[in-house]
Amino acid sequence: MANVLVFIDNPGQALKKSSLELLTIARSLGEPAVALNGELHDDVAAALGAHGVTAVFRPSAQDLDDFLVAPKAAYLAAAVNKSGATTVLVENSPEGKEVAARLGIRLGAGVITDVVAVDADRTAHKSVLAGSYNTAAKATTPLTVLTVKANSVTPEPAAAPSAPETVTVEVPADATASAARITAREQKVASGRPDLTDARIVVAGGRGLDGDFGPVEELADALGAAVGASRAATDAGWISHDAQVGQTGKTISPQLYISAGISGAIQQKAGMQTAKVIVAVNKDAESPVFEIADFGIVGDLFQVLPQATEEIKKRKG
Amino acid sequence: MEETLKIIVLVKHVPDAQFDRHLSGEGHTTDRDESILSELDEYALEAALQLTEARGGSKAGNKVIALSMGPAGAVNAIKKSLQIGASEGVHLTDQALAGSDAAATSLALAAAIRHIGADGPVDLVLTGMASTDGETSLVPAQLAERLGLPQVTFASSLDVDGGRITARRDADTHSETVEAPLPAVVSVTDQINEPRYPNFKGIIAAKRKSITTLSLADVGVDPAQVGHAGSWTTVTSAEERPPRTAGTIITDEGDAGIKLVDFLAAQKLL
Repeated sequence: MANVLVFIDNPGQALKKSSLELLTIARSLGEPAVALNGELHDDVAAALGAHGVTAVFRPSAQDLDDFLVAPKAAYLAAAVNKSGATTVLVENSPEGKEVAARLGIRLGAGVITDVVAVDADRTAHKSVLAGSYNTAAKATTPLTVLTVKANSVTPEPAAAPSAPETVTVEVPADATASAARITAREQKVASGRPDLTDARIVVAGGRGLDGDFGPVEELADALGAAVGASRAATDAGWISHDAQVGQTGKTISPQLYISAGISGAIQQKAGMQTAKVIVAVNKDAESPVFEIADFGIVGDLFQVLPQATEEIKKRKG
Repeated sequence: MEETLKIIVLVKHVPDAQFDRHLSGEGHTTDRDESILSELDEYALEAALQLTEARGGSKAGNKVIALSMGPAGAVNAIKKSLQIGASEGVHLTDQALAGSDAAATSLALAAAIRHIGADGPVDLVLTGMASTDGETSLVPAQLAERLGLPQVTFASSLDVDGGRITARRDADTHSETVEAPLPAVVSVTDQINEPRYPNFKGIIAAKRKSITTLSLADVGVDPAQVGHAGSWTTVTSAEERPPRTAGTIITDEGDAGIKLVDFLAAQKLL
């Protein structure tokens, strides 16, 4: 029987990399099953089989997306009971954490968020206090609920693919009774760039850009990177609030973080100091960002960034 | 005349993030001797004050109650909230609460909120978008689940009318409008308003406002359900990460962009 249940919410046409990572971790802990919400496209079904998923649970209700969080948690709790899973893995998005939070209360399970690695005994590793400590934590309950950050493992398909069975899970009738209803939704214009939280490379700009994100965006596009920003830049309205990296924005751990015109105060560091490699460009040699940069350039970002962009384009041919 | 509101704002005293913070002791917990009101809670307090001031403030019977759970120092977060404009404070404190995880914290807070609701129903429970220390962001959702209330998290705008709330939420790929009946648990982002500072009048007025201290027994919680013993998670180890050290720092002499690309190539990041 499957003992690890992965919650995948609205995969669309293809599984996200972070979902593949969850399946890879699930296999390291036991036999994976998936609790899916939304449509199951053929490509997604095939990918689940390639990742050794033995069962796909689907909700009896189709309207879970019309409400915030609570009905999804009620469905997931029913799926856990049906599957007999002892570990639940959920993506570490704001909504994923809230689904996990409510699931924990419903089933009396310990919830650990922001996990970056999981041991075979379900000990979860995470970094806390703005990346200044590494901690290990464990649920003391029979069921463990973990929300795992993107870029935690390299996704790998199973050695032996499976043919998952589909099981319908009855969503409790009262699941939507005391839930907030979504009455309108506006799609934002897609940037075409990778998602900031999942991106392998992030180029971020701050006060030093003085309102012009052009050099940051051009370098990001040459590198196939996401664009980030400091709070000073988002507060000034130079770029959308979604792009903010830091204590009140996103906490990210990309392979490469290029910081341009950001001083690197504690608020910003909290969001990016677990990046593998940090490159900083700032005209002020005293900027705190240089204390944590692997490669720092004291100079004018309006000279340095375009030159780097040209050079990358040249080398990539 | 619009309906009056009774709003509870959850406030937390946290170690000041401007200074080095450390984990210590058997439970790997933070030292809170030098603590401040969590910056993100100020947005929730401001939202509560704006909603009640639009309805005539405390003179018209509206209430903004600052609720904090924690040891003696937590009272500082409540006092600051009273100076900013909350009408009264409630401090839930008990030795047995030390080391509570999110599940145990939400249990104790839910009990305190029910206790406060005993002398008149609570319309709204407001929180900040996250704490600046534990950063687990679980408590608002867990509180809503325990109280059986709708949750609206990360509200970037909030209106209350006719016993319902309407809020706007901004996600990366979309924005949405959500509605829920009162009472509800709502967390607000730092985009919702500009929090006010306490002024001299507020500081003087705060001295006359009451702070009620509650123990676990007062709110009917068994001490075994909270603290380290009642928590469903345990921190098994905590290691301070070696601080990042500075690498190569160069000054641009006209070719720093090329050198940057050389560095990325050497790190196999191109």
